[in-house]
Amino acid sequence: MMMANNIRPEPPAKTGERLLDVRGLTIEIETRSGPATIVDGIDLHVDKGETLGIVGESGCGKSLTMLSMMRLLPNKIKVTKGEANFAGRDLQKMSNSDLRKVRGGDVGFIFQDPMTSLNPVMRIGQQLAEPLIYHRGMSKADARKRAGELLKLVGIPGAEDRLDAYPHELSGGMRQRVMIAIGLACNPQLLIADEPTTALDVTIQAQIVDLVKDLRDKLGMSVVWITHDLALIAGLVDRINVLYAGTVVEDAPVDALFANPSHPYTQGLLASIPKLSDERSTRLSSIGGTPPEPGRRPKGCPFAPRCPLAEAICHERVPSLEGLGQNGAHRVACFVAQRKLEAA
Amino acid sequence: MGVQPLMRIENLVKHFHVRLGAFGERAATVHALDNITFDILEGETLSLVGESGCGKSTTGFTLLNLHRATEGKVIYQGKNIVELDEKAMRPYRRQLQIVFQDPYSTLNPRMTIGEAVGEPILFHKLATKAELKDRIATLLADVGLPPRFASRYPHELSGGQRQRVAIARALACQPKFIVCDEAISALDVSVQAQIINLLLDLQQKYGLTYLFIAHDLAVVRHISDRVGVMYLGRLAELATREELFEHPLHPYTKALLSAVPEADPAHERSRQRQILQGDVPSPLSPPSGCRFHTRCPIAMDVCSKAVPEWREARPGHMVACHAVTEGLSG
Repeated sequence: MMMANNIRPEPPAKTGERLLDVRGLTIEIETRSGPATIVDGIDLHVDKGETLGIVGESGCGKSLTMLSMMRLLPNKIKVTKGEANFAGRDLQKMSNSDLRKVRGGDVGFIFQDPMTSLNPVMRIGQQLAEPLIYHRGMSKADARKRAGELLKLVGIPGAEDRLDAYPHELSGGMRQRVMIAIGLACNPQLLIADEPTTALDVTIQAQIVDLVKDLRDKLGMSVVWITHDLALIAGLVDRINVLYAGTVVEDAPVDALFANPSHPYTQGLLASIPKLSDERSTRLSSIGGTPPEPGRRPKGCPFAPRCPLAEAICHERVPSLEGLGQNGAHRVACFVAQRKLEAA
Repeated sequence: MGVQPLMRIENLVKHFHVRLGAFGERAATVHALDNITFDILEGETLSLVGESGCGKSTTGFTLLNLHRATEGKVIYQGKNIVELDEKAMRPYRRQLQIVFQDPYSTLNPRMTIGEAVGEPILFHKLATKAELKDRIATLLADVGLPPRFASRYPHELSGGQRQRVAIARALACQPKFIVCDEAISALDVSVQAQIINLLLDLQQKYGLTYLFIAHDLAVVRHISDRVGVMYLGRLAELATREELFEHPLHPYTKALLSAVPEADPAHERSRQRQILQGDVPSPLSPPSGCRFHTRCPIAMDVCSKAVPEWREARPGHMVACHAVTEGLSG
């Protein structure tokens, strides 16, 4: 089951040391009818060498949480509470010039759409060299040499010849590889990948997932992979956080999450993925209704209006994320799941 | 499921003429569809899968005569519908409907849901004005929306609700055949399952035939009777769902299937993927011979020279591959 693949180096050792620690982060958006909460006091963490998957549907706040940590939010959206510590320093309190050193330096980003994230009028060699010159103080010539190595690292054929290409001359998969190379340019301690394969075809998607896995193992960094696709990250991550309406509803090691999903929302998500073993045309189980809009969050558990197991208390109070079982590594924010476990 | 073909597609070809260069000075031809031949059976769900640019959406558009076919035939009720002009096509339009991917851009933002669903009913004179309101309410009920939605505007609806309206609009014409062009691709997982269930229910209730165009193989496996795999404007393989997923013959199908992630961590970590190298070549200058030969792990000399024949390799299992023909794969 956990057979070490001969070709791959061992995954980085997990030390249990916190690299990223987000506490009580609350994000609000200004609307015509006043501020509305999008992310509601979220807690999450990533250890050194760990790969965390953040899963949720559109609008659940998964991308905003990551952007807000780096203070990259658009004007009308603001962090109103909470802290985000990276390697022991609070990113929310850091000066702009210090933060600039973290962005693209110690923390690398890969975004969903390489076509809009790359500068269309700049050769890709220059775009790769930019962070190396800025963050690592390399000379132009050294940076260009390193840029060539990076392109080779992410598997672009004829890497050195491609340095002078413009983004439009590359295919979608190649552009995403360039994005990854830029994200990795300064040997980051943490790579944040925000739906990096959503725009790509399935065969290219498999190439990119394998590439990030290899590079992580080779370079020993931590990774946060944001996605809406549970199956995609099943073989990639160590731990998964499931987000719903701006809160973490379940936090579990990957095997535990798939084997024993405990929050009704996670259960619903997993059940709505068609399985190999299904007969044709069996009805898929689905979650009725739609997620709440910001500003119209229900009182109590945000999932309660759609939850098949909801009880009176769920509409009254917000459940906190509590550890299940002995070591508490599997945590869930659900009154019903918590009570079931206590009874068992 | 009947075995009568509802539609026969014979040697369908579609070329697009485009102009390239900053000033459009270079003319070029996109070979979007090249000699596609298959049947669509009455009451079945036939899915077309493949990567972007493989021609699956073009197939849907061309066989509804929304794109003019360059060559070939689409036989529906004894008529080659792709040679009909717009007026002669109109009676068939009612029976042949399409639901698109993006429910945000397919509904007119200034029309209420009731008007949007009622429009095709009045156009095709399927109900009198007096009956219209009831008919709209029935259609909305069919797609799981309460009648009060008739007075709402698209912007008041969620993505899943809008897609339900798009389906109600297609149903309004009492169609026989619906092309679902990535109809669920833009939806969230939990909502996607709702729409899949809805499509399956409606098929049973009204005996609909679907051409389901999608790139999500897990969904395709769930809803299809038969599946066709396309690569760069040609059909590579077409078979029943069981045959295709359990005994794929074409090397491209095998690679595509091995790239699909399963929701099982242990399986995912230990699985050996067959990862294709490189990208899909440009349809402006497709490779000679078999179009897959530039990425094929088992390509032979003949593959770059001759176009493989579209033939039945096993009963009901069509494939176009030299290696399969010579018994080297399978």
